[in-house]
Amino acid sequence: MNFDWTVISSNAKFILLQGLVGIGAFGGGTLRLAIPAILLGFCVGIVLGLARLAQRPWIHYPAAVYIEVIRGVPLVMVIFWFWFLVPVLIGRPVPEYWVALTAFVIFEGAYIGEIIRAGIQSVPKGQVDAATASGLGYVQTMGNVILPQAIRNMIPSLVTQFIVLFKDTSLASIIGMMDLTKAAQTVSERELRPFEMYLFIAVVYWAITYSMSRFSRWLEVRMSPERAL
Amino acid sequence: MFFGFLAFSYEFRWSILWTEPHPTWLLDGVLTTLRLSIIGWVFAVLLGIIFGSLRTVPYRPLRAAATAYVEFFRNVPLLVWLFFWYFGAPEVFPEFIRQWFIHHGIEFWSAVAAVSVYHGARFAEVIRSGIQSIPRTQLEAGISSGLSIGQTYRLIIIPIALRLIVPPATNESLNLLKNTSLAMTIGVAEITFATRQIETYTAKAIEAFTAGTLIYLILCLGISTIMNRVESKLAIPGLIARAERAEH
Repeated sequence: MNFDWTVISSNAKFILLQGLVGIGAFGGGTLRLAIPAILLGFCVGIVLGLARLAQRPWIHYPAAVYIEVIRGVPLVMVIFWFWFLVPVLIGRPVPEYWVALTAFVIFEGAYIGEIIRAGIQSVPKGQVDAATASGLGYVQTMGNVILPQAIRNMIPSLVTQFIVLFKDTSLASIIGMMDLTKAAQTVSERELRPFEMYLFIAVVYWAITYSMSRFSRWLEVRMSPERAL
Repeated sequence: MFFGFLAFSYEFRWSILWTEPHPTWLLDGVLTTLRLSIIGWVFAVLLGIIFGSLRTVPYRPLRAAATAYVEFFRNVPLLVWLFFWYFGAPEVFPEFIRQWFIHHGIEFWSAVAAVSVYHGARFAEVIRSGIQSIPRTQLEAGISSGLSIGQTYRLIIIPIALRLIVPPATNESLNLLKNTSLAMTIGVAEITFATRQIETYTAKAIEAFTAGTLIYLILCLGISTIMNRVESKLAIPGLIARAERAEH
């Protein structure tokens, strides 16, 4: 078996610019999908996490059902739902990018919601009482007292989830979005060098996710109360 | 019509789900998913126990090797591993191994390889955190009773750790089951593949995906209900502290 590693250097520009960043004729791009998906998924997750903890049953039951259903279904299924259902509903085809983004936000929101709920529950209940006793309303209590402490507790799980989401964006290639995986697939079909190509993007994915996890460890140390005092 | 406000025309025909050959496809899909999940799970747990334990032993080179395995394999998407094992890896194996795989369903065994190696790394993390949640004094007590490090791990540390990690390991096993859906991309006829196939043949996307979604929900909720019972049986009395929960 002889390898030809030059296939990497000759195609690196296409794979990294088009596949990773999303600059080029095909749109798409792993980062261009992952960054908005992480931000929007986080927002949906906060809403869901708070809804699950709400006192009123008509708020927390729908949130609980949503989270349990999404967590019982593979992401590919959710992507296919949007891919086939949205054109039927609105009567015209939707670009792969928007299908993938919607599916990711809906899917990851459920997982992030569970993390947020666990994080909020990790804050002692006395904090809520203290905030209420000081005359703060629900929004102020959550925004100024509970969430800042909760978010610090959940940084490790959150970053793990963001890493998972980043890896999950590779599934957008299944519906044909030009991301890192799809770019490598295209090149390896043309050059007939699958071993080298897939190993190369494995290293690219690894470099990004590994730096994310290092960053989270650094952040954890930096934000720990022992250091802040 | 339920979605009437969106003014779309879609004719539901649920009967496609019980018109042959569609039920057979779905059933075969369920069996393939289960077969892939079970075989993949066995290999992944073995890899997880080996590398998860190695990450905690007091020998630096072994620890470093195990860390390298875990950090590399779990930080790359499963889809990339699937493509790697299916398209890339066969060409580097010797001819007779390749022939065996080609005659025994290369798609299926590539999927097994990808799922085992990826989830093996994730199981290793679950098992490592289980082992690390056991006080170090247990290891010291084992060694001072005259056991070797290997014996201490085999007889004391791993049995306790395995009981501690039932909840996160269940979680991870369900992830494995759901992730086998990616094997459709290399042509393994599991549930998602069968669903897509029905959709292609009948153009009835909503019915087909409803069936697939319900099958996954039933499998996942069924397993987690059973495991909740197992968990309460296996829980170590007096211990509330649980091993760190692996995410997603």
